[in-house]
Amino acid sequence: MSIWEKRFFTRDRGQGVLHKLWQVPWIFVLLLCGIAACGYVALYSAGSGPEAYASKHALRFGFGLVLMLSIAMVDVRIIARFAWVGYAGGIAMLVLVLLAGNVGKGAQRWIDVGPLQLQPSELMKILLVVALADWFSRATWERVGNVFFLIPPIIAVLLPMGLILRQPNLGTALITGMIGGAVFWAAGVRWWKFALVLGAAAAAAPVAYSHLHDYQRQRILTFMDPESDPLGAGYNIIQSKIALGSGGMWGKGFLQGTQGHLNFLPEKQTDFIFTMIAEEFGLVGGLTVLGLMCLVILFCYVTAIRCKHQFGRLVAVGLGTNFFLYVFVNVAMVTGSIPVGGVPLPLISHGGSAMLTTMLGFGVLLSVYMHRDAEFGPVRE
Amino acid sequence: MAKAGGGMRGVRREEEQRRGVFTRRALLLGLGQVGALGFLGTRLWKLQMEEGERYATLAEENRLSARLLSPPRGRIMDRNGVVVAGNRLNWRALLVAEQTQDVSATLETFTKIVPLQDWEKGRIEREVRRRRRFVPVAVREFLTWEEMARIEVNAPDLPGIVIDVGTTRLYPEAEHLAHIVGYVAPPAERDVGNDPLLELPGVRVGRSGVERQHDLLMRGRAGAVQLEVNAVGRVIREVERREGVPGQDVQLTVDSVLQRTLRNKIEEGTSAVVLDCRSGEVLAMASQPSFDPNLFNSGVSAEQWREWTRNRATPLINKCTNGLYAPGSTFKMVVALAALEARVVSPGERISCPGYMDLGESRFHCWSRYGHGGVDLRAGIKHSCDVYFYELAKRVGIDRIANMGNRFGLGVDPEIDLPGARKGLMPTRAWRAAQGKGWSLGDTVVHGIGQGFYQLTPLQLATMTARLASGRMVVPHVTRAIAGRPARTDWPTMAVSDRDLRLVRDGMWAVVNEGDGTAHASKLPAGYGNMGGKTGSVQVRRVTREQRERGYKTENLPREYRPHALFVAFAPFENPQYAVSVIVEHGNSGAGAAGPLARDILVETFNRFRTPAGPGPRVAEAQPGGAPGVPAATTR
Repeated sequence: MSIWEKRFFTRDRGQGVLHKLWQVPWIFVLLLCGIAACGYVALYSAGSGPEAYASKHALRFGFGLVLMLSIAMVDVRIIARFAWVGYAGGIAMLVLVLLAGNVGKGAQRWIDVGPLQLQPSELMKILLVVALADWFSRATWERVGNVFFLIPPIIAVLLPMGLILRQPNLGTALITGMIGGAVFWAAGVRWWKFALVLGAAAAAAPVAYSHLHDYQRQRILTFMDPESDPLGAGYNIIQSKIALGSGGMWGKGFLQGTQGHLNFLPEKQTDFIFTMIAEEFGLVGGLTVLGLMCLVILFCYVTAIRCKHQFGRLVAVGLGTNFFLYVFVNVAMVTGSIPVGGVPLPLISHGGSAMLTTMLGFGVLLSVYMHRDAEFGPVRE
Repeated sequence: MAKAGGGMRGVRREEEQRRGVFTRRALLLGLGQVGALGFLGTRLWKLQMEEGERYATLAEENRLSARLLSPPRGRIMDRNGVVVAGNRLNWRALLVAEQTQDVSATLETFTKIVPLQDWEKGRIEREVRRRRRFVPVAVREFLTWEEMARIEVNAPDLPGIVIDVGTTRLYPEAEHLAHIVGYVAPPAERDVGNDPLLELPGVRVGRSGVERQHDLLMRGRAGAVQLEVNAVGRVIREVERREGVPGQDVQLTVDSVLQRTLRNKIEEGTSAVVLDCRSGEVLAMASQPSFDPNLFNSGVSAEQWREWTRNRATPLINKCTNGLYAPGSTFKMVVALAALEARVVSPGERISCPGYMDLGESRFHCWSRYGHGGVDLRAGIKHSCDVYFYELAKRVGIDRIANMGNRFGLGVDPEIDLPGARKGLMPTRAWRAAQGKGWSLGDTVVHGIGQGFYQLTPLQLATMTARLASGRMVVPHVTRAIAGRPARTDWPTMAVSDRDLRLVRDGMWAVVNEGDGTAHASKLPAGYGNMGGKTGSVQVRRVTREQRERGYKTENLPREYRPHALFVAFAPFENPQYAVSVIVEHGNSGAGAAGPLARDILVETFNRFRTPAGPGPRVAEAQPGGAPGVPAATTR
């Protein structure tokens, strides 16, 4: 009897849907609700009322919760079985977006799926994690040491990276690469191979820089010295830092942020939502949000370490890293620590596609959590 | 089984190895990630706690935009409270640079609605560059209703343009008081200095006259509003408002009705001053031609400016305070006083006048070819005998004459509260020596009759007359320190013998009131009392011996070569109230041109100020029902 048949016909160990729902880590769901509530408050302020962003945000989160719990019910082995199908689908969407995507801010990133605008590159990160986890879970640590064994997964990482670069979206491509790297790392790829790749990347950086788009170079240059162009590209960073800094310890109060409400803050409902929070609720508000995000990441790693099968472990690490990179890049960007890139703050920023992919990822994570004791077949030597 | 069992054990060992590596690495990765977020936490700490204050300031600067409020400029009133420089509404279009992305594009669009000249655009762009971005710059003033409507309709296409109502200066008396009141103009770059008020559009600074003299007083202090603005500069609300201090009003001593009358009596090239000889108040002061100060409001065109500055009659210059003339025979009183004080002549001593005086090789002529015979002090003044004063000057010397002149305000700062009033010149030996020239007795003789190097203004001659008449060191002034306050009359007594003053005044009485006085024709009409006066004529070019022998008649000369005509007078003789000086350029003869004019001016002054209590402005009493302290202005 295949896993498939067992899952759906024999209800092994009595795992009915109700029983499974009982096993959902509700404390984690509560954590997500807490973060989404922060998002609701911030978006309420950004829109000076619930109509503009906050209501939609709550609705999307509710939808996302249903999606997440539905995926959580799916046996992790089924997810593993369809890993490469999903990967192929992701690649297909990336190709599609290049051919027929909507142009936003000078890059093709979106495709319309019914009423939704989908950003395949975001979905691709999750699909890549699942695919890589599937690949590495089948191999022993010894085998992972084999260079030839590493060639297919490297291609699996480089292919979507290349497609995302073509959009062009340097930031997401780099993040995709880093997520892949995290899975490689957790799977046990040797230290020196990472050192080799990083060294090669550093050597290639100047060459790559010369091939960058002007706006990308501008971003890097602006990051180096934001005050050099206070009304142009540096404006966002400067205004964001002013907003953050002026928040102080306790912030200016709900709906009282001058930088946000007087529109000095750019894109305050999306990329700069964290600034809005830190302006109105101060350091306390900013650290609270960061703390909640840390708890989510910790949950990912706890799930990974407690998981009995390599597939689940790698998926959890990959998804944790994905979430971490969202948070890190966004907050580092608004505090002026790294160049500006259009990375939203998960569960808080306004935007349907990001919310959907984030909750989808957490669905997979929960599936791993709930099926942490699932039996996989023996590894290949 | 063994193989399978071994396989199972192998698998388990493999699994444990894989899991061990994974756990170590996952812990490392997880801790690294939490650490990275922790790093961002410290970064937040640094921004919000350590640099928080700096950023809070920056946020306030972002949010708040200060706008200055211009206070109304103080008005100028005449002595009766009639407004002679007021403010009227002025609708104007302003440009706030911070509210537009592209100043020149906005101006381009504006030009299509209300045409702007290229030089105007240049001025606007220059001012935009010079001033802070939130300071509005005037684009066009004095908008008509139609222009305003067109601007309002097109407002969405005109970012940064705001319509605003300001005030502009209005001078109802126009030319009549221009030289006293002065005019205002937009501040020059160097004026702006530390007063933020001057950066405001429509603010004017005094450029001449009282407007300049009391500019700071009338300007007031700027108020300010703090506005909360959003990122594109739209005003969200007013945070704080601090009202400015309105400029103070200034009251003139001048009577605008008398001024108008006076101006209507005089022609081009004439200047006349009427002083209250007890208080020094200038009651009227006119110099023809004049200009309309209202024209400066909207900026004087280059053409108009050229016309004013190239006009030889100098309409922009107040000749009463800035025109320099030799005093001629009107100076003889000073020579007489100097000689009396030095005791080089007694009042009764008769000096013989054969019509000339010889000094070495030179012969100095009296104006009367046939001479005046034996002349004493009184007759010398009455007939204006040149030989008598040649002799007096010879005896007393130029330096003592200059010293006496200085005491009467001649050749010294007139101390009038008008900017730029000339000091003039009383020649002395030392002055001549400073020029590297010697001083001869002949020079002294010529200066005895008021000819020569003297440079005096009509105002100084009026001051001299007022001091002669009152015996006090009155100082002329055109504004009152405090509006409505009675004029000052307690000026110090002149350091000149009272007896000498009476002798000289007596001579001036004879000039007008005796049948053979030089200005008998200018006697006041019946009912106006008597006046004392003195004529004067000043040659504007040398008379040669041949001309004199051919029977030289100045009235036959072209006008610009005729002598200037002068007259000084005070009245009433017994209780002097008014002092008048008149200079008619190229009027030919003091008795003929200046005397009758001075008489008419005095008559008008009496008419203007005559009250039931008797002639003269009532300086101290309050009029029932009128403003307290405002002098009576009613004429019955």
